[in-house]
Amino acid sequence: MSDIVEKTLTALPGLFLQNQSVGGPAGVKASFSSRLGGLVRGITALTSKHEEEKLIQQELSSLKATVSAPTTTLKMMKECMVRLIYCEMLGYDASFGYIHAIKLAQQGNLLEKRVGYLAVSLFLHENHELLLLLVNTVVKDLQSTNLVEVCMALTIVSQIFPREMIPAVLPLIEDKLQHSKEIIRRKAVLALYKFYLIAPNQVQHIHIKFRKALCDRDVGVMAASLHIYFRMIKENSSGYKDLTGSFVTILKQVVGGKLPVDFNYHSVPAPWLQIQLLRILGLLGKDDQRTSELMYDVLDESLRRAELNHNVTYAILFECVHTVYSIYPKSELLEKAAKCIGKFVLSPKINLKYLGLKALTYVIQQDPTLALQHQMTIIECLDHPDPIIKRETLELLYRITNAQNVIVIVQKMLEYLHQSKEEYIIVNLVGKIAELAEKYAPDNAWFIQTMNAVFSVGGDVMHPDIPNNFMRLLAEGFDDETEDQQLRLYAVQSYLTLLDVENVFYPQKFLQVMSWVLGEYYYLLDKDTPEEVLTKLYKLLISDSVSSETKAWLIAAVTKLTSQAHSSNIVERLIQEFTVSLDTCMRQHAFELKHLCENVELMKTLLPVDKSCEDMVVDASLSFLDGFVAEELSQGAAPYKPHHQRQEEKFSQEKVLNFEPYGLSFSSSGFTGRQSPAGISLGSDISGNSAETGLKETNSLKLEGIKKLWGKEGYLPKKEGKTGDETEAPPVPQESIIMETVDQNITKKDQCQVHTQSKEEKEKQLLASSLFVGLGSESTINLLGKADTVSHKFRRKSKVKESKSEETTSAHMTCSYFGSSSEATYEDDYYLDTLQDRGDKELSKFSLNSELLDSESVTELPSVEKLSNCKLSSSPSLFTDNNMEGFHPSQSTAPSVANETSLAASLLEETSEHVHSDLVEVCHNETISVSSYKIWKDDCLIMVWSVSNKSGLKLKSANLEIAPAENFKITEQPGCCLPPTEAGSIKTFQYTVQMEEPFTEGNLSGFINYQMMDTPSVQLEFSINLSLLDFIRPLKISTENFGKLWLSFGNDVKQNVKVSESQAALPSALKTLQQKLRLHVVEIIGNEGLLACQLLPSIPCLLHFRVHGDVLALWFRSSCSPLPDYLLYQCQKVMEGS
Amino acid sequence: MQFMLLFSRQGKLRLQKWYVPLSDKEKKKITRELVQTVLARKPKMCTFLEWRDLKIVYKRYASLYFCCAIEGQDLELITLEIIHRYVELLDKYFGSVCELDIIFNFEKAYFILDEFLLGGEVQETSKKNVLKAIEQADLQEEAETPCSVLEEIGLT
Repeated sequence: MSDIVEKTLTALPGLFLQNQSVGGPAGVKASFSSRLGGLVRGITALTSKHEEEKLIQQELSSLKATVSAPTTTLKMMKECMVRLIYCEMLGYDASFGYIHAIKLAQQGNLLEKRVGYLAVSLFLHENHELLLLLVNTVVKDLQSTNLVEVCMALTIVSQIFPREMIPAVLPLIEDKLQHSKEIIRRKAVLALYKFYLIAPNQVQHIHIKFRKALCDRDVGVMAASLHIYFRMIKENSSGYKDLTGSFVTILKQVVGGKLPVDFNYHSVPAPWLQIQLLRILGLLGKDDQRTSELMYDVLDESLRRAELNHNVTYAILFECVHTVYSIYPKSELLEKAAKCIGKFVLSPKINLKYLGLKALTYVIQQDPTLALQHQMTIIECLDHPDPIIKRETLELLYRITNAQNVIVIVQKMLEYLHQSKEEYIIVNLVGKIAELAEKYAPDNAWFIQTMNAVFSVGGDVMHPDIPNNFMRLLAEGFDDETEDQQLRLYAVQSYLTLLDVENVFYPQKFLQVMSWVLGEYYYLLDKDTPEEVLTKLYKLLISDSVSSETKAWLIAAVTKLTSQAHSSNIVERLIQEFTVSLDTCMRQHAFELKHLCENVELMKTLLPVDKSCEDMVVDASLSFLDGFVAEELSQGAAPYKPHHQRQEEKFSQEKVLNFEPYGLSFSSSGFTGRQSPAGISLGSDISGNSAETGLKETNSLKLEGIKKLWGKEGYLPKKEGKTGDETEAPPVPQESIIMETVDQNITKKDQCQVHTQSKEEKEKQLLASSLFVGLGSESTINLLGKADTVSHKFRRKSKVKESKSEETTSAHMTCSYFGSSSEATYEDDYYLDTLQDRGDKELSKFSLNSELLDSESVTELPSVEKLSNCKLSSSPSLFTDNNMEGFHPSQSTAPSVANETSLAASLLEETSEHVHSDLVEVCHNETISVSSYKIWKDDCLIMVWSVSNKSGLKLKSANLEIAPAENFKITEQPGCCLPPTEAGSIKTFQYTVQMEEPFTEGNLSGFINYQMMDTPSVQLEFSINLSLLDFIRPLKISTENFGKLWLSFGNDVKQNVKVSESQAALPSALKTLQQKLRLHVVEIIGNEGLLACQLLPSIPCLLHFRVHGDVLALWFRSSCSPLPDYLLYQCQKVMEGS
Repeated sequence: MQFMLLFSRQGKLRLQKWYVPLSDKEKKKITRELVQTVLARKPKMCTFLEWRDLKIVYKRYASLYFCCAIEGQDLELITLEIIHRYVELLDKYFGSVCELDIIFNFEKAYFILDEFLLGGEVQETSKKNVLKAIEQADLQEEAETPCSVLEEIGLT
């Protein structure tokens, strides 16, 4: 068929050209139906881009006039839309027509609607604001009785639909799943698939309906549902294992040709369906033997059936092979799959060969022998004229690299690298070469040369990790100190040679690496003066082709070298020149250098030789400035306020209360600005005397346990002990004999063939033997687990050391004691740290991007729901009194309350002043009874246990102990532990309890131990429940302060809670919250309220809530991350409970 | 599938369908780069490309290139067949399709594409079903005679 198409297609341009004269710009006819034709012809007739632009602009302005004219009929509008689409396709802006496309979809008859919808789908994307205007039309059309209209609506929904409007159409689309027409059901399934992609939560409830679609009698509907299943299984394969049987059955039916012939494609039964099913099976069977066993048969059959020589059968085969290798392995199938891969690799068709290489690439780790089988093909592909094939071959070689073939493989990669121009490829390849070089380098010279090539070609596009890793590797060294020195020395020598070459421009990153290495390790050359290298660096410094960032590196190197030289003319010249430089950064560096030169002693301590790996310690709080700050303050200077605080203050002064912009304002600007490592940057951004004391410790680097090296007087020359963790002894290289034998085998084989081969062939064989050396033969499968078996040349030191030194070395490297411009790495690290420490209440006070937190709190929500399984100690009606802050516990839930009246009388005096719970018996026997109650003091929770002696006998001793609990800090109140020796007496034990970490509820347990005369001692155990609410107190603040606090808190949780009608009114909801949660009402404005509370001792939490009908929108914010969640949970409980 | 582009040997875009939300600027940039890359390839070369982090599958029919971008997990070979099936559909609908059909009736080509691929996934693989759906929608159009290509170029 394609032949016919081809013929017609080639024949027609001729016709087309003949008739060009008819068209032309003037040929725009009056008839609307051929307007497009006129336009197309007009454009084709033009010769220059400029003319085209003129014509289109003309066209667009006439279109603009037409579409906005009130007299334009819908029919004309339809025609205009088509032309607008055409103009947009040519790359011109036709956005003025977007709104009219929506109108057309809304108002037109079927035909016009169709074009309207098409235009919308082509013009807009799913986040476009105009799309909202389409929602009504879609809803209307979904309800239409005309099938075509419903189809159009479903089609548009499956392509673009605003996520937030999904609820508006979801029920309608769900209905369509039961529609009698399969086309409607199919489109409805695809619409739901789209929803699943953009908002998976919204379609969670219809999973059962998906199953129904999977069992639909129509193949198209079933096939459509597989798209959803594929995504769902990809995310969570364990949830759908039960469907494996169904998928296998469907696949069997398809393979067996049981589907209607309509679905055949070139006499292959439903290939798309087969492939989709194979992909799903691959996901289900991964690492799961039992599930995999279910599919072995059908996979075998698929492999067997797919023997027709057509592209589409190859497609099925390919997917089948992929599945066979993904699931739990079965040797028989693997064998067959390997054979299939062979078919691809050996195919003369280039597309299939390419895929064969791809397949090899991903199975090579499991079966390295396959690469051996196809080694000659691989060699051929390496010199293939098509760069795509070459690249894929390199990818394959990359996977089989080991210590023996690394040189050849890297050489091939470098060859390719020199030819490619595309940045993406360069970045990718350079990364791989650097990785291989680092892993398998056979010797120092090779390693340095390879890295030189990487830096020269990769230049400034490569990943910044590459130079950083390289420098770290040099700095940290590996196991053998002399080896380290040699490597460094070689690097130094190599760079000196490179810099000798005239008129060569190296990439900036490479120059930076060079300057760092030369600065650090030039001393290894053992020359008297570094004059020679200083000259070279100086030359670079005055060169125009060097960026100012690189210059900072260069001058850092010069400084380091100067500390080793006694005096240097070049340095003096340099200082002279750059102290008057227009570049302020350079000028500063020069001044620093000048001052250091004047104080050689200081310079030597500051810039020790070969100490780049040692931790540099800085007093990031700049505490040595404290005196200065204090002095300024005493002279009336305003205390320093961080940027964001200043902003907030300004903000809160402007408006007393603002509801809308709570979310914004937390830009990271203040944050990043404050993050530069204070000791290094010379800016005074961070002051130890920040007015906001809470920020002080969290904002700075952690200084605990670190000796102060930089103090008020400058550098405190105290040598720190080496912090390096000693690495264990290197494992003996495991280059086993097996490898050598393989090696020999190959060579032997080669030798046998030598006679019959041409010279060229011989070369290839030679290459093959060098490439595939070290690859397993039948007996050695383990060799390809390259990372494990081959000892790496540059083995990294232990992890701890690595991560530790990362910070310090990066600080060293990027700025080498100078404030260099880029601190990106450092900041990122710090940012991550910050995020990790989010639990820390101080930290979260500032800096955290509110958007980030929003999303986080959304993910946390499920855990809140889970919590509802827990039981709460305080029953819902805990605070029934109308008294604002007061509350009385319900009648106790304890089984029996003994002597309640008499005990109640014994409540502590103090109790009467504070709100307290009723007395509850926690344990008793015939002799003794222990009851307890809580006193909710304003500043703490007091637990009182009162022990009464019921027996009428004297106790010899009695002792009450409370077991230490994880989340609580329990302090015994003094003077209340006298043993209740007297008969019938009551003694109380009082403890203050503090919550150490927020939680919803916890247990406090303890025991009473007593002894009566002449009896052994008895122990009674008891426990008591404490809830979060026991530690919540109202926080009385003003609205203004509320606003300020609200902005400074990062942790927030939002939730809508449905409430009963009686609760729906604001006052009653408010009352409930106030009484039961002990929240302080800050202010009520309309249907919104502000409440505040604190978790003892002093963690504030704020609540903003709004009533809409019967929904209560709650919004909590706090400085402590779990607190809003917990409070929300309590809040939901009380709202539901009442 | 991320997007599909149809362009002529001269690099003129004939059809574009984007299944991922991208800004116009990005779209233009991608189109420009891809058209260049694909046109530069020789006829005997592999018709699969790795381009940025996408896989590109293209096929040339006469003067027209069909070019699809797929994600890493998708299969190149079957994408090639998707292209072919689309050409078959066009061919059947227009009756020996040619580039001019697509230029002058590109909205029809879009309608067919939307019945075949929806949201970047294959919607219906049965040729009969796709054409049936199109015909149904076209029925409304009967009142108006469709302008044939021949009419367009003035041969009637």
